[in-house]
Order: sequence, then C-alpha cells, then structure tokens
Amino acid sequence: MNAPDRSARTPRAVTAAAFAVPVAFLGVFFAVPVATLISTGLREGGRWDLGAVGEVLTSPSTRSVAWFTLWQAVVSTAATVVAALPAAWLIGRIRFPGRSLLMAALIVPFVLPTVVVGTAFLAVLGPDGPVAALGGVLGFDVDLRRTATAVILAHVFFNYAVVARTVGAAWMAVDPAAEDAARTLGADRWTTFRTVTLPQLRPALAGAASIVFLFTFTSFGVVKILGGPRIATIEVEIHRLTTQLLDLRTASVLSLLQLAAVIAALALYRRAGARRGSARTRAGRSVLHRPAGAERWGVAATITSAALLVGVPIATLVWRSFDTAGGPGLGYYRALGSTGRGSALFVPPAEAVRNSLVIGAAAATTALIVGGLAAVGLHRLGGRARGVADSSLMLPLGVSAVTVGFGFLIALDEPPLDLRTSPLLIPAAQAVIAIPFVVRTLLPALDAVPARLREAAAALGAPPHRVWWEVDARLLRRPALGALGFAYAISLGEFGATVFIARADAPTVPVAIFRALSQPGALNVGQAMALSTVLLALTAAVMLLVDRVGDARVGGF
Amino acid sequence: MSSLTVRGVSKAFGGLTVLDGVDLAVEDGSTLALLGPSGSGKSTLLRIVAGLDQPDAGSVHLDDDDVTHRPAHRRGVGVVFQDQALFPHLDVAGNVGFGLRMAGVDRRERSVRVRDALDVVGLSGYEHRDPATLSGGEAQRVALARALAPRPAVVLLDEPLAALDQLLRERLLVELRSLFDDLDVTVVAVTHDPTEAAALGDRIAVLLDGRIAQVGAPGAVIAAPASAEVAGLVGQRNVFDGRVVEGGVETSLGLLAVDPAGHAGPVALLVPPSAVVPTPDGPLRGRVRGLLYRSGTPVAIVAGVGPRDDPDRMSPTDGPTLDVLAEPGWVVGDEVTLRIHAASVHLMVR
Repeated sequence: MNAPDRSARTPRAVTAAAFAVPVAFLGVFFAVPVATLISTGLREGGRWDLGAVGEVLTSPSTRSVAWFTLWQAVVSTAATVVAALPAAWLIGRIRFPGRSLLMAALIVPFVLPTVVVGTAFLAVLGPDGPVAALGGVLGFDVDLRRTATAVILAHVFFNYAVVARTVGAAWMAVDPAAEDAARTLGADRWTTFRTVTLPQLRPALAGAASIVFLFTFTSFGVVKILGGPRIATIEVEIHRLTTQLLDLRTASVLSLLQLAAVIAALALYRRAGARRGSARTRAGRSVLHRPAGAERWGVAATITSAALLVGVPIATLVWRSFDTAGGPGLGYYRALGSTGRGSALFVPPAEAVRNSLVIGAAAATTALIVGGLAAVGLHRLGGRARGVADSSLMLPLGVSAVTVGFGFLIALDEPPLDLRTSPLLIPAAQAVIAIPFVVRTLLPALDAVPARLREAAAALGAPPHRVWWEVDARLLRRPALGALGFAYAISLGEFGATVFIARADAPTVPVAIFRALSQPGALNVGQAMALSTVLLALTAAVMLLVDRVGDARVGGF
Repeated sequence: MSSLTVRGVSKAFGGLTVLDGVDLAVEDGSTLALLGPSGSGKSTLLRIVAGLDQPDAGSVHLDDDDVTHRPAHRRGVGVVFQDQALFPHLDVAGNVGFGLRMAGVDRRERSVRVRDALDVVGLSGYEHRDPATLSGGEAQRVALARALAPRPAVVLLDEPLAALDQLLRERLLVELRSLFDDLDVTVVAVTHDPTEAAALGDRIAVLLDGRIAQVGAPGAVIAAPASAEVAGLVGQRNVFDGRVVEGGVETSLGLLAVDPAGHAGPVALLVPPSAVVPTPDGPLRGRVRGLLYRSGTPVAIVAGVGPRDDPDRMSPTDGPTLDVLAEPGWVVGDEVTLRIHAASVHLMVR
C-alpha cells in the first residue's frame, strides 16, 4: 500500500543529486578511459576501422586465447561449485563448534590479493612444495607450475567462499519443514534434495556461478604468476599486447570481446536473482541442527577439506617466507628494508608497504563516498531504471582491471586531464574497482531499513533530514564501516590496473611482489614470499577489523 | 489533548478505492475503536490521520485546526505501530526519549519524562535495555511509552495487541483501557477484533469497504448491529435472511412472530443464542453437529434446523445451522427441539 507514495515522498531532485557524483566520477575514471582505449585501437587516421575486428577475431592466436579463457573459466566455475557445495550445506544446515570461525576463515581467500594467491600456489606446487613432496613419496615427479591445472586450483581456492557463502545463505532460507514433508510423502534423502532443496537453491547457484565465471574469465594476477609465458587469458594477453608489443588494435578488440562476455555473465547474474536467506523459518524455528549419525562423517570431511584448501596454501606461503638458504630465519624480511644486491626492486620493499597503506586509505575513502551516493540513488530508484543502473554500476567489476589501468595511461595523459604524475591516479583507479563492492554492501543494507522506522521517527516529530540522520545514517554505520574495510582490502591487493600506472619508483606491494617474482634468484623469490606474507597479514588484519566493528556480510553476492 | 475530526476523507491506490468519504469525530479525551476486516481501509485512515499519507479528498482536523496538509513530524499525533517499529540502534530510554529530543527537550528533563513514561506503562528500570531483548508485551509497552512521552494531541494505535498471545492480550487490554482513562488522552485504536474494540473503545466505528457502516457504544454495536455484515464482523453468528410478511418475518426457520419495527420487505435477522430456548414442545428441531466452549460456556452447533412437522424435509441435516447454548447432557448426534424467543430477535437492513 506504501509503494505508490514512494515517488511522492522522495523528490527526484534528491535522487538526481545522489547520482551526480558517481556518474561524474565513473564517467571520468571509467567510461572515458575505456572508450579512449577502444577508439584508439579501432581508429586509423581519424576513421573507424572496423575491419580490424573481424581480422583479430578470426586470427588463430585470438581464437586460442579466447578458447583457453573460456574453458578454464567454465572448468574453474564447475570445480568451485562442486568443491564448495558441501560447505554450503554445512553453513545452511549444521550447528557445530567453531562455526563462526570457519565462516570467517572462508572469506580470507576471497579477499586475498591475486598476487598473493599466485605466489602461495607457486610455493605449494613448486619443487619444494607439499605437492611435489607427496609426489616424491609416491614415486612421481610432479611440478604443476605453469599449467592450466595450477590456474584452476588457484581459482577454486579463490572463489570457494563466494559459492559456499551465497549458496549456504540460500540453503538456510529453504524451510526444513518442506524437506520433512517430502520425506513423509515417501521421498528418500537424495530424491528430497533433488526435488525440493535443489530447485530452491538454483537461483543462488546460478548467481554464484555467474560471479565466479566473471572473476575467472577476467583473471589476471593468478594467471600472470602461475601460468608462465605460454598460458594466457584474454586479460593477460591484453596486458602483453599493450605493454610488450604495443599492439593497441588487437588489445582493443580483445577488450571488446571481454566486455561482451562480462555483460552476458552479468545478465545471467541478474536473471538468477539470488536472494539472501535468514536463519529462521516462518515459524521462527532455527534451521540449523546438530549433526547425527552418518552426518557427522560428512561434517568432519567437509570441515577438514575446507581447512586444507584454505590452510595449506597460506601455511606453505608463510613457511617459505622464513625458509632461507641458511635455514629458518628472518633473512628475507630483513632484506625488505633495503634494495640490496641481487634484489630486483628499485626501492626498499618496506616503502611499497607504506605506499599501499596510504593509497589504500585514499582509494577506500573515495570508493565509500562515490559508492555510498550511488547506493542512495539506487535505493530511491524503482522498477526497470534501478535494474539498469544497478547493472551499469557492476560493470567496472568485469571490465578488466587491465583495461581500466591501460585506459588511464592513454586517456588521462593530456590536458584537460593530465594526471600522469598525480598522486590521485592510483587511488582513483582502485576506487573504480572497489565501487561495485561498496554498492553491493550498502544497497541491501539501505533496502533493509524498515520504512516503519522512518515513519515512526516522523510521527515523533523528526523532519526529513533528521529522519535520515537519526535512522538511516545510524543503521548504516556498521555496513559502511564494513564496506570501507572491504574497499581497503581490495585496494591493498589490486594489481591489474595498478601495474600499469604505478611509477617505477613508487610501487604498491602487489606490484613489488610481481617485480620480485619476474627476476631470477632465490633472494627475489624469498622476498616475494615475505612481501606476500606481509600483504596477507595486512589484509587479514583489515578483514578482522571489518568483522569486529563493521558488518561482516560485505560484498553481498 | 485535542478532539479529532475527519471529514469526507477519500483515498484510492492505483484506481482501487480504499476510503470513500469517511466522516469521524472523536471527542477530546475519549477513545474510539476503529473496527474493520483486513482490507477495509482502516490502516490507511490511520496513516492519513497521522500525516503519513495524504487523502485524495476530505480533511483532518485537530480541534479547530485543519491539519490535512501538515506533515507527520509537525502534526503532534503519536502512533503505536503494529510491529512496534522500535529503533534497534537505541536502547529503551533512547526510544522513549526520541520524540522529546526532536522537540528540543533538554537532557535532564528528558530523563525525568522518560522515567515517568516508563512508570506509566509499568516498565520502571528498563531504560538501558536493548529493544531486541524485550518480550512482545514489553516491546508493545515501550512503543506505547514512546508515543505518549511527547504528550501528543492524539494517539493512534494500529492493531496494538495483534502480535501478542491470547492471555497477555486480555491483560493488556484492561491495562490500556484504564491507562487511557487515567491519562485523559484522545485515542484511536485500529483493530479487526471485536473483543478488543469493545474493551478499548468508548465508542466503536465500524469501517466496511472504505465507508463507516456504524458508530456507537460497544454494547449497542454488538447487540444491535446495523447490517448483516456488521453483525458478522462483531462476531455474531446466528444471522439469517428473511422477509417481513403479515404476522411476522418469514425465514428458513419458519415464520417468526417478530415485530417488524418499521422494516418492510427483505430483512436480515440476528438470533442471539440466548434467544434460542431448548424445550420438549418447541416448534423447531435439529441435530447437534458439534459442541464447543466459548469462554467456558458450552455452545451447541445445531444443524438442519426447521419446523418440527415439515413433511417436505428431505434429510435431517437439510436446513440452516444455529448456535444454541447447550443443555447439560447433550452429545453430538442428539436430536433436539427448540423455541425462538421472538422478542429477542434483532432485525437489520439487508
């Protein structure tokens, strides 16, 4: 009954004002760079040269890169869904000691920088890692580095939480009474799952799968580090074409190809329309139960495999950072303070840490302000307009960080926008990447503020601006802190865009890690491991803080 | 305190008329229960009085002021919402003191008045409780204290007790009623429950399909509803169609010697259970289909009621059903004979 009055009570002017900042910001720092990149590649002597599109798309090398990108994304997505389904069941149905600890631990891989994940899997899969050791015991010679298997394994590690948490939340929303009813009507456990539970999980499964597909299709840091010279996704290939071969034409076409795939995945995500569940049924009963009988084995196996999946790469990474030539010690960490001989870094890595912290603060603040205003605007929009605006705001998520970074380089290098040397360049690029996450965190929180509370405040004498301040602002404080922390973590780990625009003498931590890894020598690898461990600790600290003071349900996919 | 007057208020949502020319007057210091089924428009009327919605036509007055276009926050009308709508980010004192803070009451006076308001609803010492830890009844009292604390001109209650269980509801009903009398406050309480309406209101206004169907004292509305629809809404069950004829009213129960009292043609009849007397030589008979207790009183559902010697009756269950005060010893399946005390039958327009 309230819906028809919505527009009357929220003036269009407020909505428009809320949208002005995000539209301007994303226009300058997202639309212009991307459009410039594409037009630079596709225009010859001031004229559109669309023949290039067909030419590039039909070339064997494009086909092979596109094919690899597609199949590794499909296999990664399928493997992630299969691996994470038991964890989703655990989250949606089982009460066990350490439940909240596991929930918190699961989110760690997802917020880890791609560079750290790549480095960790190098450590796990390399000749000195646990996989090779296991192979040695069994009499095999295993080195999975620079293989598609390594990339897919890292992708599963990275996206496990997305599926487990999204589908787990949906599983909670499935009323166990409906499952009980199916059982009393003669369905066995498997039939019940197939005919009652699974259909209700399908939207969440489709939504989570399309997000994982999006992340793996546009994967950059993981592939760059684990794939070696022969394995490349479209994103990696764009980076190689632009930085090494200066082939803007092919790079532009590949950007467009990737954009099309991203839009398709986002459309699928929208259609899936995953909903968040609550832990209670209509009758207010908890849907969680203690495991009994054979279920206990399933619970134990799921917890163990989740712990191994999350724990082994991280533990190996940390171990390798202390495993110096002269035995366990702090050698690699000490070396971080200087540029030293044999080090590939132009500046002491410790300085990269300082850069990352400062840049992260600027990027996260910007993302919170811009994304927050966008969320307010979206909240006030209704109907189709909201769907379209929502999808457009998700675009930076998939339009390739590499495209954004390279677009920055060529679009913002001349008046009126010569920002090449501006200290704001990197924070702006990272904010563009973090904004979709901020919106996805704040919009559900805004939508969840009951209209009744605003009405109650008005009936008690609060004028509109005080209603906003006393009700909305207060209820959004925790989600906003959560979004800020999440944006900070994203900025700390951002690699694809930053690698283009970071100056040689002012790298961020992921850029410094990548540079160290691209050089030979045990010291460089060791330093990369140590820096990755530092970045891991920083990210974990930020997320812990988010968990303590903010709303932990961030990034609501 | 103020009197509240609603004149000719109409409201439609997307072409669907919800309120159709509603007039209401609530005297200063009195309590009006607004009774209506779900969808009758009673919550919309309440929102219009509170200033949360605007009427399409008509006006709202507090004393002699036309407040139709005054926004909710400047209207001074307190609202107790059905789901309480307590602010989850404030403690009980923060909730109760919210309206005082908006009015610019200073901290010291605020804490005194918050304490007073909590005393009034019987929740002394609850100042620092988190709303999430309150029981349903406590939350309802906090919501009431919050609405009363700024001393509003009028207090509106939307289904104030709907979320509570039966026992608590009855206790709170009595408490609310004496509270309103003590505070001398003008109240409109919206409800779909006739028991609640009768216990709370000095008067009951019945809202049906967006129009006021009847206004009156609770006893009058319940005992003498204006129409069959109102009778159903106030919980009366023995309602039948009839036609005024020579010598009484012709019904499916046979000819009843009821005084037409100005009615003519088609009418509706209300037969109170107390007007049905079980007697061996009664002219009606029927079969007991069920026995139940209403507030401890045994009631028999007697089906197939009809003239005792009607040769046309096809089966023993063919005929209307009547609620009858049960005699001791009746069991399901008994055939019983009845007489209707015609003077107690109430006629209504149809």
